Amino acid sequence: MKTGTLKQVLLITDGCSNQGEDPIAMAALAKEQGITINVIGVMEEDVIDDQGLKEIDGIAMAGGGVSQIVYAQQLSQTVQMVTRKAMTQTLQGVVNRELKQILGGTGTMEDLPPEKRGEIMEVVEELGETVQLEVLVLVDTSASMKHKLPTVKEALLDLSLSLNARSGDNRFSVFAFPGKREEVEKLLDWTPRLESLSSVFSKLAVGGITPTGPAIREAISYFEKKRSLRSLLSRDDESFFEESV
Amino acid sequence: MMMNHSLKSLCNLAQGTAIRGKWHGQHYTVIKQLGYGANGVVYLVRTADGQAALKMSDNASSVTSEVNVLKSFTKVQGSALGPSLLDVDDWEQGGGQTSFYVMEFIKGPDLLSFIQQKGHDWLGVLILQLLSDLEGIHRNGWVFGDLKPENLIVTGPPPRVRCIDVGGTTLKGRAIKEFTEFFDRGYWGMGSRKADETYDLFAVAMVMINTAYPKRFAKKGGGTDQLMPLVRQSELAKYAVVIEGALTGRYQSASEMRSSILQVLQPARKKRAAADSKRAATRTARGAASQQKKSGGFGETLLIIAVISMLYFFYIYVQIL
Ligand SMILES: Nc1ncnc2c1ncn2[C@@H]1O[C@H](COP(=O)(O)OP(=O)(O)OP(=O)(O)O)[C@@H](O)[C@H]1O
Ligand SMILES: [Mg+2]
Repeated sequence: MKTGTLKQVLLITDGCSNQGEDPIAMAALAKEQGITINVIGVMEEDVIDDQGLKEIDGIAMAGGGVSQIVYAQQLSQTVQMVTRKAMTQTLQGVVNRELKQILGGTGTMEDLPPEKRGEIMEVVEELGETVQLEVLVLVDTSASMKHKLPTVKEALLDLSLSLNARSGDNRFSVFAFPGKREEVEKLLDWTPRLESLSSVFSKLAVGGITPTGPAIREAISYFEKKRSLRSLLSRDDESFFEESV
Repeated sequence: MMMNHSLKSLCNLAQGTAIRGKWHGQHYTVIKQLGYGANGVVYLVRTADGQAALKMSDNASSVTSEVNVLKSFTKVQGSALGPSLLDVDDWEQGGGQTSFYVMEFIKGPDLLSFIQQKGHDWLGVLILQLLSDLEGIHRNGWVFGDLKPENLIVTGPPPRVRCIDVGGTTLKGRAIKEFTEFFDRGYWGMGSRKADETYDLFAVAMVMINTAYPKRFAKKGGGTDQLMPLVRQSELAKYAVVIEGALTGRYQSASEMRSSILQVLQPARKKRAAADSKRAATRTARGAASQQKKSGGFGETLLIIAVISMLYFFYIYVQIL
């Protein structure tokens, strides 16, 4: 079975953006280009600020992804869960579009009686196991995140362990924001393994501002460059399912 | 982990809430909440035929996926590999729709509470039971995945351990769907997250360790270097060989680990049983010659005693000199 590529941004942050474009609009922009934005909000114990929560939910919703608030200690497990859920959700979306063409209606699995859902789910899971996946990790390195960065690093190594257990190929890249000169800084170029991450994290300078919106915009352009090469081969999100079955 | 907002609202169903399925029209009345996790909320409900457990989720995919596993379990059943599946449906309320499934209510404390109440002697027996179930699950092409004491309920009497929560249950060869760090061999740096028999057996070893360290502990270096000393200095010492075997992937199947545990629990009887069966085999093979064989065995015993006595005398002799 030939499969297309799933493109995901995994944004790890602890709160509110305070500079540049509206991150929710930027997430919507990503979605328009077939890129899913997932957000993990890393919180201090019992400190939940409503503004931050709203933004986190908003970005994921607009970006067609999944969001999860978590305490730093539970980050590893959450990162893998969110990525997995988002994959399922995206693949589900693709399958649903097919269903809509075949069956009409709103085109969601929930239109079907429960008995009929099982087989569709099996297809979704099979795709999730085999599809090629590109995860761009976008880490907020503003001052408040500083002491959480070692945990973030652990969680990302752990994520590569989870995803590399699949039979499909994975490619990861890691960006931090704010960058030294630009809005985002590339820490790690596309690679199938995240192990090399250990060294880059220690060199990170942490900054004061949190330009989440610009960071998302930059990140998707990074997919774009890669995509434009590929789109020569006419591979875009809509045609995904035809290719994959 | 904190819950999502949509899940949170599902979490507070009051006692007496009526749930009616959209497709099959069954009625369920909430008695109380049994628990919740990352995937949903589980309620004890009253049905037309008594009590049942109802799991609902804001995520229809996870419901469908778990139902698929439970269905495949029931196909081969006879013995219960998981809770038996009773109904799958959607609940329309407040403009939204929530997927749920209804399963057998498995009544009893979880594994840790049971052992805390009844004593550590029960551990071996319960693990033997668990390994039998895992053997069945593996034979069926699955790996349980998210094995932990919270997902092991001891029902009875007589006490019998049962697995619940098939959210992590994964087809062999795929990437484990869901896991809990402490029980995950990837977390301890001791292997991949590809679903195979040894993944579950690793988790069984960690469940055993969890009974001696109910508060669990974090990774510090990981590997057997961290784990085995903790095993040896606890009440688990007698299981050290088995636990190490499971942690390092030495057991290829649940039944292999099971017989290893039996050997720990009843070494003497095991040996005798082996000898018995050997003797029986000889008897059937050689018929009347068995009498002779027996006396031969007696002769051997005499010889061994003689040799040992000689060595002993020699030892004493040397000591005196
Ligand atoms: N069939 C059942 N009979 C009795 N109790 C049950 C049953 N199923 C679930 N429970 C109770 O509900 C709790 C939560 O259920 P379950 O583990 O299925 O949820 P979950 O969202 O998948 O949790 P987790 O995050 O641990 O994976 C269980 O720990 C158990 O106490
Ligand atoms: Mg679960």
